[in-house]
Amino acid sequence: MKTFHIGGVHPEENKLSAGSPIREAKLPRQAVFSMFQHIGAPANPVVKRGDQVKVGTLLGEAGGFVSAPIYSSVSGKVSKVDVALDASGLRRMAVTVDVEGDEWEEGIDRTDTLVRLADRPELDGKTIVEKIKQAGIVGMGGATFPTHVKLCPPPGKKAECVIVNAVECEPYLTADHRLMLEKPEEILVGLQLVMKAVGVEKGYIGIENNKPDAIALMAEKANQYPGIEVVPLKVKYPQGGEKQLIDAVIGRQVPAPPALPIDTGAIVQNVGTCFAIYEAVMKNKPLIERIITVTGKSLSLPSNLKARLGTPFQQLIDECGGLPEDTGKVIGGGPMMGKALMSLDVPMTKGSSGLLVMKKDEARRSEPQPCIRCAKCVGACPMGLEPYLLAKVSEQFDWDAAEQNDITSCIECGSCQFTCPSHRTLLDHIRLGKSTVMGIIRSRSAK
Amino acid sequence: MNSILMAVIALGVIGLLAALLLYFASRKFAVHEDERIGQVSAVLPQANCGGCGFPGCAGFAGACVKATDEKGSLEGLLCPVGGQPVMEQVAGILGMTVEATAPKVAVVRCNGSCENRPRLVEYDGATSCKVQAMVGMGETGCSYGCFGCGDCVRQCQFGAIRINPETKLAEVDEEKCTACGACAKACPRGIIEIRLKGPKNRRMVVLCNNKDKGAIANKWCKASCIGCGKCVKACEKFEAITVTKNLAYIDAEKCKLCRKCEEACPKGAIHAINMPPRKPKADAPAAPKAENTPTTPNTQSSPITPKEQQ
Repeated sequence: MKTFHIGGVHPEENKLSAGSPIREAKLPRQAVFSMFQHIGAPANPVVKRGDQVKVGTLLGEAGGFVSAPIYSSVSGKVSKVDVALDASGLRRMAVTVDVEGDEWEEGIDRTDTLVRLADRPELDGKTIVEKIKQAGIVGMGGATFPTHVKLCPPPGKKAECVIVNAVECEPYLTADHRLMLEKPEEILVGLQLVMKAVGVEKGYIGIENNKPDAIALMAEKANQYPGIEVVPLKVKYPQGGEKQLIDAVIGRQVPAPPALPIDTGAIVQNVGTCFAIYEAVMKNKPLIERIITVTGKSLSLPSNLKARLGTPFQQLIDECGGLPEDTGKVIGGGPMMGKALMSLDVPMTKGSSGLLVMKKDEARRSEPQPCIRCAKCVGACPMGLEPYLLAKVSEQFDWDAAEQNDITSCIECGSCQFTCPSHRTLLDHIRLGKSTVMGIIRSRSAK
Repeated sequence: MNSILMAVIALGVIGLLAALLLYFASRKFAVHEDERIGQVSAVLPQANCGGCGFPGCAGFAGACVKATDEKGSLEGLLCPVGGQPVMEQVAGILGMTVEATAPKVAVVRCNGSCENRPRLVEYDGATSCKVQAMVGMGETGCSYGCFGCGDCVRQCQFGAIRINPETKLAEVDEEKCTACGACAKACPRGIIEIRLKGPKNRRMVVLCNNKDKGAIANKWCKASCIGCGKCVKACEKFEAITVTKNLAYIDAEKCKLCRKCEEACPKGAIHAINMPPRKPKADAPAAPKAENTPTTPNTQSSPITPKEQQ
């Protein structure tokens, strides 16, 4: 069975909520829409205090090409356009809406009927990309890179195939798994739309074999869609990384930066993104809700919720049985790449794939010990880097050495820190080094 | 025997030739370093801290000599570690004069101790302020205050800064601080300012770096500046205080140490450093006496003043 070639680790899977069907979360009483829900320029608010908005009303317009607009997911009155704490732990510009009723903008198709590509022959590639851009769709796996940018390869580069990332290699998370079981055809139509938008004939869906039901269902449905193939993959973290997935599915390696994944001819889209693309193009629905896994060993009701963006995390946890008493940490995202939250009053965003409640004893990081030179981190690194060295030079602020040792290739998957028997804070330092070196490279090229 | 002799002679001749070659090469390609550079270097503190802006003391010495030859003055050059005495020595060697420079000191502009600024969450990542700044706001609700992880401590060559275990804030030892600025560069939030030490080391400082709006700043820290501007009004006469981005700043060059701003601040964010304790309120009407305070010879004089009045 296929998988990527270098490194990787096997964390405990803990897919507690795999058996629980997606249910709709209640409407929040107040929704907060951060203008920083994607990578790139923040959105600029276009509403002001006191404005009435409906579901699907534009709240913030894209702040540039690498940016995405933000739509209201609730109807009601704008009560604040000001800084608010978000899941990144920073106070940043956000629009707060007090919810009144549930009124939708006209033109959004809320029915469940499947619209196939054959039903809409007038759609061409350009229209599809434009629709995706207008709907504010970003990568829903967690990286939140604006999707329309990915679908416009730089001149001279040509896509050959589209790979759907249905790996969901993060432990605990099951949102993509459930979505595949419940909306398989919508995802396939979404993939067809992406294939049409970039003009390729070949589509792959990469699924790890810890989801045999999803593999069977998707393979069965994919028979009716020419050019689409389901690729079962061996379970290994971080297979859901873009570069790792390309390696696993088509066996090509992405060169070191500044090369992009498109250099291998592959465009990778998450399952959730495909579904959002389907809804945006076929149902005219902007990105206003997503599936989020709310889980944890101590949580009484681990679930997959379909929740409106802007819903406070506190409410989502309440719907899954409330916050247990011995909670030590609540993580936004999965346990490997997610980020501990400072407060539960922060809203969910386009990139919120999970909410993980950890008990006090699980959450505590062990005291770091001296490096014993075992090189486990080197073996685990899926990018073939030397994490111990990168962490050391970053700690010493030796940015030249960090750059020479390809710190910018790091995908911040956390395999090194996970595998370190001395519990060293490798990724903390590498992340600092990476962002500093990237800044240095940017300012150098600006000169 | 003969072959050994031959070898010795051959090596000797080669050695002699090489020595001659090296001798003439060293004469021909000799680099004449200005001897003043060595003399200036000798009087510098040799801390190689980089506080002057040059790569080490030798670099600074070279810059001094260059400035003398090219500009004819030592303007803009200062060894913060040696201060005025060393600069006078340097000027003496180079035949220049130096203007009097006021000594400076590092000031940590945060008073968010555990008591003033309660910890909301616990950070258990790598012990580094820079790393903590990357993952969010830190342990408290203030996104401008001291992290207390000690990046500044690790950068200080003089052991002049430490993290107070009780307040979890960085603290500067004024005696040891040379104002080289390494800590100010290390702080990811720019909390540390290199500030004029002030007459008799007395100075007025706003011990806060919070640029949030008043309501947010007030909510998370008892000692925060809320940008209300009361101090600006109190200082109308000297115009030493400005409020930018919801944060008051006292211009040390204009400040006359009248302490009116300290009284005016509703949050106690303005601190009088190294000043004698204030006299009780009852003495307030004795205005002329109050004016005398700055001119009194030492700190012990002020408790005496009330006695004299009696």
